[in-house]
This record gives sequence, structure tokens and C-alpha cells, in this order.
Amino acid sequence: MSEQKIIEIEVLRYLPESDQAPHSEVYKVPFTDDMSVLQGVQYIKDNFDGSLTFRWSCRMAICGSCGMMINGVPKLSCETFIRDYYPRRISVEALDNFPIEKDLVVDLSGFIEKLEAIQPYIIPKEPRTVEQGEYIQTPAQFAEYIQYTSCINCMLCYAACPHTGLDPDFVGPGAMALLHRYNMDSRDGGQAQRMELAASEDGVFVCGATGYCSEVCPKKVDPGNAVNINKINAAKDYFLRFLSPKGGAK
Amino acid sequence: MSKRRPYVRSMDGWWKKNPFYVEYMIHEGTALFVAAYAIVLTVGLVCLGQGEAAWNGWLEAMQSPLSIIFHLVLLVAIAYHAFTWFKLFPLTMPPIVLNGKKMEPCAIVGAGWTAGVVAALALFVIVWGIAA
Amino acid sequence: MKTRKRSNAPIFWLLFGGGGMMAALFGPMLVFITGIAVPLGLLLPTGTMSYPNMLAFAQNFIGKGFIFVVIFLFIWHAAHRTFHSAHEIGIHGGPLTKLMTYGVAAVVTVIAGVVLLGLGF
Repeated sequence: MSEQKIIEIEVLRYLPESDQAPHSEVYKVPFTDDMSVLQGVQYIKDNFDGSLTFRWSCRMAICGSCGMMINGVPKLSCETFIRDYYPRRISVEALDNFPIEKDLVVDLSGFIEKLEAIQPYIIPKEPRTVEQGEYIQTPAQFAEYIQYTSCINCMLCYAACPHTGLDPDFVGPGAMALLHRYNMDSRDGGQAQRMELAASEDGVFVCGATGYCSEVCPKKVDPGNAVNINKINAAKDYFLRFLSPKGGAK
Repeated sequence: MSKRRPYVRSMDGWWKKNPFYVEYMIHEGTALFVAAYAIVLTVGLVCLGQGEAAWNGWLEAMQSPLSIIFHLVLLVAIAYHAFTWFKLFPLTMPPIVLNGKKMEPCAIVGAGWTAGVVAALALFVIVWGIAA
Repeated sequence: MKTRKRSNAPIFWLLFGGGGMMAALFGPMLVFITGIAVPLGLLLPTGTMSYPNMLAFAQNFIGKGFIFVVIFLFIWHAAHRTFHSAHEIGIHGGPLTKLMTYGVAAVVTVIAGVVLLGLGF
């Protein structure tokens, strides 16, 4: 067996009951090549400081809980390996562009409100009874939106989006991807209702097309494309609303 | 009583934190050069409106070494604008479906760059044609 | 539910997009022709931008339109992008920022329009 390797992990700590502002602490963590950054952080909690607070659940990149800034890049800490950084120091910080609740835990309330606001459910074009049976959807219709269903709400895209940091009310990439997912569903008829948010001052035009959201997405949802496609849709709605009486915000 | 006190981090200097953001700010910054060129053209247009002497004065000013260097800088900046403008197409444009298949991002960017080169050459040929 | 105000951004965003496209397609070659090739007498025939040539171009319906569209779209593209960049580096959209971006674009548009109309057809 080879000798034990040690990695330095610098964690941005924030204890709301005692700290005025966040501060860094460095921990020396023994690791093996199969250890993720999440396991490194768990090692710190188990061995050095039980008060270290962070979210995690599945350890397999599907629950979307363990997002952190790792050396300044938003990543799922469960699928990011310590060996890829060694012998450099790893810095770990709560996701950017969110208020820090405690240590690596961020305040999600703004994100949850945005998710609710996009009406993330099928709004039928017309009421449908059980007797009418199931919806028929072709593979081509399915292909229109399947990509956007892969979102796991990990919020890495928000941490990558400077426009979210600058304008916290911006609906943001993840919620827009989900909005687009429902708009593109052949069973859905809620486009006009959702346009009120997309075309609003908190909507798609806050985006400056930085595109880093799509770079960091662990599920290749491409939320940046969803935002930008809806700029075109919102612009059409802006000019064409004079021709058709329905839809859109006031 | 709640002990919650969420801490909001400052956005100061956010664009320096990541090479991706640095590149973003550089390609956004090309707008200043596009503006400068539009103003150069507007000054030329005003001179044209004032008559032959003023127009020749503008042409002469455009021949000064400082002007040549300035336009070389404009050329680099606006060419970088063109390069990045098409490079962002997979992000900014709706997917293009050909024969039931989504076009690959690199194919979209390649088509954009090709269009840029073709448009530039076409413009040159047209100007040459009008002048000759 | 919160009532939301519709953004007027589509107007400026369309100008930004049109100008960006125009600048990407023709910007580099225009700079090369007007700022380098003609002043240095490279490649193009002598007198390409002589007074009679340019006057005729600016009096031609298509030539006039091309000059206006280039100046108009370039300056509005730049204004919109610069306005947003200013916000991004912490200069938020006050009256001065608007004046220095959209204001300049409006002035340039008016100047270009007046001169081009004054040159006749």
C-alpha cells in the first residue's frame, strides 16, 4: 500500500450566530483516489468540526443537493474527485449568487419562488375528461422537450449566472429551462400564461448571454439556450400582441 | 426567535473570478470599438455633406499613421466581435433541425464563420466592382 | 400573485441583434476598406472613395440605405451592449448611463439621417 496522501481543503465558513462575515478555514484531509470532494467535506465534519454544515443526499449526481463552488467553479461535489486537484489546495464555498444560510448551505427560497412562478405543470389546452383517454405523443413531439426534463434543480446554473447575482429577481436559467420544457410539450397550452413572467422585467431580457450556465450544467440541459429561445418568443409576443388580442403581460 | 441571518456576498469584481467571465467581458467590450467605428463613419458622412474640401480633409485624416493604427485596432476588435458572435449561435439561436436531426453546435458555428467570410469577400468584390 | 411589468427590452434587443449581425458580417471588411485599404492605396482602384464616387453612392437609393443601416444598427448595437456592460461592472442604469449609451445612439442616428436626406437623391 502506498503512503497516505493529504489534501488541503479550504472551506468558506459562515456561522450566522457568531460571524459578521464568512471566513476561510483550512483542513488537512487524508484521501484515497476514489474519494469525492463531498467525501472530503464529510471527513472534515466527522473528524475535525461537527458544526460544518452542507447539503447532500444521493452521492450519485442525481439528487442535485451537493452543489458547491469548487475552486471557483460550480460543481456537484459528489462527482468531483479530490485526485484531480491534488497536490493543489481545494477551495470549497457555498454556491455563488445565493445568500449563505450557514457554511455551504444557501438560502433556496428565491429559487423555489421562481420555480413556482413558471407554473411547472401541464396546463391543458382544453379540459379533458378521463373518458377521452390518454394523450398521444409522437417520438418527435417527445424529443422537443426531453432534454429539459433532465434538470435536477441543483442550481449550478444560477451559481454560474452573473445576471442572477446582479439582479436577484431574474427568473434565471434553471427555471427558464423548466418553463421551456412545459411550453414545448404538445399536451400543454400554457405558453401565453407563462409569457407574462418570461417577457417581464424579471424575465429573459435580464440575461446577457454569458452562457456559463450551460457550461456547468451536469445534465446537459442547456438552460442558456432555453433562455435565449424565449427572448425570441418574448420579442415576437411583444410586437405581435398588437395583431392578436390574447396573451402576454400588461 | 429565528437566528437566521443569510449573508449576501458582494458582486464587486465578479468578472475577474473566472476565465469564462473575463472572455465574456472582452467580447462585450468590442461594442466600444463598434461604436467608435460608427462615429468615424458619421464624421465622414458629415464631411461628405459639407462638400468636396471637407470630404478630402476627412480622407487625409484617415491616412495619418495614428488613424491607420487606430483602424488596425478596430479591425482586430470587430473581427473578434464577429468570431464570438457566431461562436455564441448554439447558445443564442433556436436549434436548427436538418432531416429530422438537430444540427451539431460546431456545425452551426462553422456555418456562421463561413457566412462571415463569404459576406466580407462579397462586400469587397462589390466595392471593387462599383469603383472600377 | 405578483403583477409583472412587461419589459420594453425587445425593441433595443432587436437593434442589438441586428447590429451585431451586421457588424459580424460586414464590420471587419468595412473597417479594412475605409480605414486601411483606401487610405494606404492597397488593393482597391485609386479613387474608390473619391468625392464624386462617394457622393454618387450616398445619393443612390441603395447606397444611402446601406450607409444609414450600417451607422444606425452599429451604434444601437454598441449602445445596448455598453449599457448592459456598465450595469455588469456596477454602473447601474441611471440617466447619465442612458445618455452616454442610448442618448449617443439617438444623436448619431439623427445626424446620419439628416445628412443623408440633405444629400438628395
